[in-house]
Amino acid sequence: MSTASNTQPRITSVAEVKAALGDRLVDSFHKEDLWLRVRTDAWKSSMQTLRDAVGFHYFCFLSAIDWMPSPYGRGEDDPTEPAPERDTTIRQGYAGGETRMQVFARVTNPVTHVSVVVKVDVPDDSLTIESIHDVYAGANWHERETHEMFGIKFDGHPDLRNMYLPIDFEGFPLRKDFPLLARMVKPWPGIVDVEPLPGGEIGEGEES
Amino acid sequence: MTMLGDRQQLSYIASQAADARLNLELETEGMTLNIGPQHPATHGTLRIIARLDGEQVVWAEPACGYMHRGYEKLTEVRTYPQVTTLVNRIDWLGSFANEVPFILAAEKLMGVEAPTRAQYIRTILFELSRIANVSLFLGDLGVQLGAITPVFLAFRDREYVLNLIESATGGRFHPNFDRIGGLKDDLPAGWIDETRAVMKKLRGFCDQIEDLLFGNEIFQSRTRGIGVIPRDVALQYGLSGANLRASGVDWDLRRDHQLPMAWNKDDWKVWTHPDGDSFARCWIRLQETRESTKIVDQLLGSIPAGPVMAKVPKIIKVPEGEAWVSTENPLGEMGYYVVSRGDLGPFRVKIRSASFNNISITPWLLRGVYVPDIVTILASLYFILGDIDR
Amino acid sequence: MTVILAEIPYWGQSLLRVLGGLVAVLLPAGTIVYVFLFKMMSFMQSRLGPMEAGPYGSMQLFAEVGKWLQKEDIVPDRADARIFKMAPIIVLVSTFLLVAVVPFGPDAWFTDFETGIFYALAVSSISVLGILIAGWSSANKYSLLGGLRAAGQLIAYELPMVLAVIGVVIQAGTMNLQKIVVAQNSGSMFGIDAVGHPYVISQFIGFIIFMIAIQAELTQAPFDMPIAESELVSGYMTEYSGFRFLIFFIGEFATAGVFAMIASVLFLGGWGVPFAWFGWTSIDDIDNWMNFAGPLIMFTKMMLLVFIIMWIRFSYPRLREDQLQRFAWKGLIPVALGNIAVTSILKVVF
Repeated sequence: MSTASNTQPRITSVAEVKAALGDRLVDSFHKEDLWLRVRTDAWKSSMQTLRDAVGFHYFCFLSAIDWMPSPYGRGEDDPTEPAPERDTTIRQGYAGGETRMQVFARVTNPVTHVSVVVKVDVPDDSLTIESIHDVYAGANWHERETHEMFGIKFDGHPDLRNMYLPIDFEGFPLRKDFPLLARMVKPWPGIVDVEPLPGGEIGEGEES
Repeated sequence: MTMLGDRQQLSYIASQAADARLNLELETEGMTLNIGPQHPATHGTLRIIARLDGEQVVWAEPACGYMHRGYEKLTEVRTYPQVTTLVNRIDWLGSFANEVPFILAAEKLMGVEAPTRAQYIRTILFELSRIANVSLFLGDLGVQLGAITPVFLAFRDREYVLNLIESATGGRFHPNFDRIGGLKDDLPAGWIDETRAVMKKLRGFCDQIEDLLFGNEIFQSRTRGIGVIPRDVALQYGLSGANLRASGVDWDLRRDHQLPMAWNKDDWKVWTHPDGDSFARCWIRLQETRESTKIVDQLLGSIPAGPVMAKVPKIIKVPEGEAWVSTENPLGEMGYYVVSRGDLGPFRVKIRSASFNNISITPWLLRGVYVPDIVTILASLYFILGDIDR
Repeated sequence: MTVILAEIPYWGQSLLRVLGGLVAVLLPAGTIVYVFLFKMMSFMQSRLGPMEAGPYGSMQLFAEVGKWLQKEDIVPDRADARIFKMAPIIVLVSTFLLVAVVPFGPDAWFTDFETGIFYALAVSSISVLGILIAGWSSANKYSLLGGLRAAGQLIAYELPMVLAVIGVVIQAGTMNLQKIVVAQNSGSMFGIDAVGHPYVISQFIGFIIFMIAIQAELTQAPFDMPIAESELVSGYMTEYSGFRFLIFFIGEFATAGVFAMIASVLFLGGWGVPFAWFGWTSIDDIDNWMNFAGPLIMFTKMMLLVFIIMWIRFSYPRLREDQLQRFAWKGLIPVALGNIAVTSILKVVF
């Protein structure tokens, strides 16, 4: 069975990809997979280069990450007690970042099966980024979903309607400051299960 | 595996053009038809808004979201082992296959690899869930086109596979069997022989379906040349799985990705078809089912002895990092992008589901087709609502 | 039988005929539904079918009829109520009119038209009207699509039906159904008397075309675009429930039975067996017991033909509307015309 080994060609392709992007590349990270971060104003042109020059024709997905830690934790706080102290620093992940929201997309080369995750910072004030739906036709629906979940506007997108949520929904659910309403209504007792089992024993505190 | 004839394609296009001309001449008014969300044809609550002119579609758009459960938000409040339960329910027909990429991503972040025995059993169960999923597709294909008999055969033979999964994992539909570091339990006694017997039955079922459905002239005339997706459009929209292979792209993540699973330990073939029409998609899934039974047979003969669970702490804390793992699920490419902050639970999980991309091509694909062909195309693209809506 | 019947006053005879007509339509319908729809389809799909109501589910039909009769009579708000209510009755009435001309025995017939088959073909078209107005008056886009498809399909497939029958008429030399039966049973093939002359052998092309046309006229798969369950929910029948749906349901299977009866009269020799078996030479020679055996023989032949219809229904996927039309206009009609030409030439030559 021919198994395309992903290490050898990858090393040469990494250099190829970085060279193709040139100075649009702001940061990169390579650990089994390749993460790239490009300049905000060069988002669409970078994706175009990746598609045309490097041959990443296959569009896997596009979404966003909100790097702010959730002020609600995991919804396990006792509502009668004051809210605990939480870390609120925004720390981005691989390939760095400077803003709270990042849009990331993953594209693959169908011939060599090398793929890359491309991240881009979304400016905090305008929350707008170029749309790549004319570069990758599949990005149309992914951008719609990202818009309704995060509130990021995509410049040039023909039709930013809600996809999953009702048309008049207010708020952007996947943002960290939008709480999970079910946990607001009834906090989860958390990892320790204090209710006795039907036999009368106290359950142990772990999941297996 | 014969290819689509040019005459057939031309005649279909000619009839479409003739109809369009007639509609224009008669100045008929269009009719907006809502297919779904409650409808026998859609696999779940999918709504397709179609503007028709006579029997031709002028414009069609799926409106999904009737089953949106907010999985990505829910994963942020759960611990890693709890996410497995959640994720089972995305593609509920082949549910073991949903757990695997997530578990592999968590293991990648932790730097843990499951023992070889667990890898083999995971692969076998993965292929069994693929067989369960696609055998239902083959039956359902008949119903969408009007042949009411294959679906009963499909359900009958699928029962054997579900019984196997139940005896190994305890759950027919939602096994919840994968754990970070391995599996929950070992296989029960006698399971291997039972599975071998079931694989033989399933090969018989595939032959039956091929005779009953694929060899039928009416089926061929209903599916050949319908919904042709060219190769570059398929890649751009991110179609995956059998849909992509039907357009001639040689793409199978089981072979191309280096994952700690047992796919590359045995001999099997990747099926492609140059046509890109509905028949190609259906035919490839049939062949893939057969291929899966062969994979299972080979793996059954070579499961190594050993533990099924690696040494993993009781309370699982995954170190900081980001990981992406995607596998060749029954529906296509399913992947999880897990962002971890060193907590008990993930910071963000992006679920890349295959059917979302597969359905995103329908506005482009459904223009100009006839109403019966909407059903044929949707049936051949094969989606599960839980996969689209998450 | 003629002797007995002559002593009953005319109104008594008519009453007997009406009751006989009801039995002749409803009994086959019920049997067909049970044997083929409940049991044969289930066995073909490797399941058992209804087993609860009565021994082996034999009372299931009565249970279903009772269930439908006790449902609420729903008429959609925006539907044209009068036409909506009229539509199922039109479909059923055409079946009863059709059975009036089928002979069940040498003297057991309802009417003896000289233009029997012409009347039958004409009357069978009335159901098209019923289906079309059912689809249109339902105020439902699915029903409308189903009704329009039905109109196109049913009209297209009447032509092959008629043309296939013309071959039989040429061979028999008459349009009277009773005389067609007699011609088949008293004739001989290749000089062998014992076989009679069933037109299924000499008109086999016509037989095949007729069976295909029946399949389409009954909107059974592979021609069930008007119903097309996976697209149109139930096509023209979507908005019907309760006893109106029951009428459509009975109509579908009753019409299947009656068409099969007509096909067996035209091609299989109807109620008779070859006269040579009993040494009869004309219809007046036939003994009286044939009037009781005739319906049974007819019933058997009908069940055989319905078996074929249902078998194909459960096995084949459905044709798309344009493929269906193409098949009728470009496929069946030329072959049927060819059949007529060949039959006439051979009839004149031999």
